[in-house]
Amino acid sequence: MAASGASLRLVAPVWNRGTSGIRGLSRSVDPEGSQRKGRTLLQFLADHFYDVEAVREYLLQKQVLKVLRKNRSFTYIKERYGPYVAGAYFILKQGGAVKFQDKEWMRPNGRGLSGELWKLWEVPIEAVDASGCAINYQGLDNVLALKELQSLSLQCCPHVDDWCLSRLHQLANSLQELSLAGCPRISERGLACLHHLQNLRRLDISHLPAVSNPGLTQILVEEMLPYCEVLGADGAQGLKLRPEEQSRHTARSPVPA
Amino acid sequence: MLRRALRLGLGPGLLGRGLGTHREGSTLGKAEGSGGYRGSGVFPISSHVTFRTRGPGPRWEDSGSLGAGDWHGKVSEIKKKIQSVLPGGAWSPLCDTSHLPPEHSDVVIVGGGVLGLSVAYWLKRLEKRQGAIRVLVVERDHTYSQASTVLSVGGIRQQFSLPENIQLSLFSVEFLRNINEYLAVVDDPPLDLQFNPSGYLFLASEEGATIMENNVKVQRQEGAKVCLMSPEQLQKKFPWINTEGVALASYGLENEGWFDPWCLLQGLRRKVQSMGVLFCHGEVTRFVSSSNHMETAIGEKVTLKRIHEVHVKVDHSQEYQPVECAIVVNAAGAWSGRIAELAGIGKGLPGTLQGTKLPVEPRKRYVYLWHCPQGPGLEAPLVADPSGAYFRREGLGNNYLGGCSPTEEEEPDPGNLEVDHDFFQEKVWPYLAQRVPAFETLKVRRAWAGYYDYNTFDQNGVVGPHPLVVNMYFATGFSGHGLQQAPAVGRAVAEVMLEGHFQTINLSPFLFNRFYLGEKAQEHCII
Repeated sequence: MAASGASLRLVAPVWNRGTSGIRGLSRSVDPEGSQRKGRTLLQFLADHFYDVEAVREYLLQKQVLKVLRKNRSFTYIKERYGPYVAGAYFILKQGGAVKFQDKEWMRPNGRGLSGELWKLWEVPIEAVDASGCAINYQGLDNVLALKELQSLSLQCCPHVDDWCLSRLHQLANSLQELSLAGCPRISERGLACLHHLQNLRRLDISHLPAVSNPGLTQILVEEMLPYCEVLGADGAQGLKLRPEEQSRHTARSPVPA
Repeated sequence: MLRRALRLGLGPGLLGRGLGTHREGSTLGKAEGSGGYRGSGVFPISSHVTFRTRGPGPRWEDSGSLGAGDWHGKVSEIKKKIQSVLPGGAWSPLCDTSHLPPEHSDVVIVGGGVLGLSVAYWLKRLEKRQGAIRVLVVERDHTYSQASTVLSVGGIRQQFSLPENIQLSLFSVEFLRNINEYLAVVDDPPLDLQFNPSGYLFLASEEGATIMENNVKVQRQEGAKVCLMSPEQLQKKFPWINTEGVALASYGLENEGWFDPWCLLQGLRRKVQSMGVLFCHGEVTRFVSSSNHMETAIGEKVTLKRIHEVHVKVDHSQEYQPVECAIVVNAAGAWSGRIAELAGIGKGLPGTLQGTKLPVEPRKRYVYLWHCPQGPGLEAPLVADPSGAYFRREGLGNNYLGGCSPTEEEEPDPGNLEVDHDFFQEKVWPYLAQRVPAFETLKVRRAWAGYYDYNTFDQNGVVGPHPLVVNMYFATGFSGHGLQQAPAVGRAVAEVMLEGHFQTINLSPFLFNRFYLGEKAQEHCII
């Protein structure tokens, strides 16, 4: 009985492979079937499901590591040149622009960073334009060290979320202008912690896809920050007309209705 | 005689090969030849018939004596019957057992709430080799209708008085912030915890002001970002508060707020299932254990128990499955006391280690949702009054959630989860209206009740192994702050189980021994 049991168990896995065996049989019986390349690729992927899954996890992991690497902290530069140069280096490396006090906007040129950056170690930074940069919660450390920052633009940053906004209270003394337009991860819950920024005078919260009710959110934010001008979903509030539109407007207005 | 005939008929080669031929066609490599099927004594079939493939109609009709298609079904039935008689087969001859848990499991976690799932996650994450540990989570209610996790208000704070609690909370908030890296499952959408980083605001009267100052000092030392505010600063920042009677306020600036516990639970469940943890729908009714009488170094006699089997009973049925296990984790929340009693903890003379019960019992707490059109704005944190009443905003529509912990004398009966609305009228609303004058005109929309797994000894969690029942580990008793510490506690318990000691956060003050030794790890900031 036991022997027959053993052979039954030997047979059992063969039963499970029965279907592929049948397929294999059909392959050997029907040679032109294997020429249908699509079918064998699909079958290859189905047979190697866990390998493909592992490859996909690895690729995902690589992307995450890439963002983390971009947001590493430059401790040597911070110790040697101070927080302003370190912050500027970080932003310029990410592809943003920096404006030192009484200087022009500094952008990363193709060749690399200009040499005069290293001479500005005592000059505070007044404006940072980090639009489109891959800045995240850790990378924000470099920006929060700039204690005289007056204008910060985080437009369309893909990794800035509610957690990052909760850290902005450290810039409450100096920040006057903040732009969060187009960030896909910011919701009304993160906007609630902007009430610390009492010196804020201009806030742009237009085109935030994760905010559930943009109109109501704008009203609540305006109530929260009474001295601040809030640019919201409709965008018409406080928009400065561009010069050609302005001239067109003035040209049209004297015409009687 | 019969046996010999059976042996001849069901001889090893014949039956196996015969059946194999039958199913497989010619791909089964046969030692005996080119695919000829020799009929065994069991099947009344002529021996000259050969079967190449499985199933095509015309071939079957060639067989003659048997009907088309009948053969296949009969053969599988007979195979199944034979296999059921053999030992070790998974198929039970009497009934289908797929709804029962497996018969063996390395770790059985009693309770499928956020703490149990967190322990399961960290066990699978910290195991030395992938697939090394078999974990089974036993949950008796898969709708989680009475589970504390989903009925909780969902807050997370670092404003505690014990450094261990602060560290647990700090790690948990880091876990929640990076939840999509920890709990990522291929092809599943990322989790949205709906975290509101609005912070907690604790108000203290004159008597509590010094304790609050000391607590804030400890919190700052551990790395929490908390600021102290005087009544004037408070009035300026939150004009809707009435600062009468408030001497000091502590406000959490970062890493504090509230989130959706159901989302965390589902995320953990999904990830843990993808890591290979088995779930079972059943209730633990019995532990089968063995005792060892041993002597300590100084000659005292002590009885060590080891749990060998956990009996898991299926809902609405008398059926149960004994699961053989190496370790049992008690993460049953409000019902941990009952599970501990089943394991024999507390059966002894009071005052001895054998007689020390697990002092965790269910306590009912009410949560009320009300609407107040003139209430505090978007910036409102979770405000905790010195009287014990608390509230927070919910959503954009001027709705607020809140409640109050009753005093010891007014504890409601934890037998059911019925809500007492008079409690709100008499014990919660007056304090809220006094603190926030806008709340004088409010309208209660909904209310619910949930259990705290209340530790009557010192209102802090019980973590780690039991000294006498050597393979039962606790992860329970957090008295209302279990959800916010769950990720860190899960890691700590997994470390104790795998390494034998705490590695990252030292939770020795939370071991079971303290109940016997009388060392309270008292937490002062309990809401």
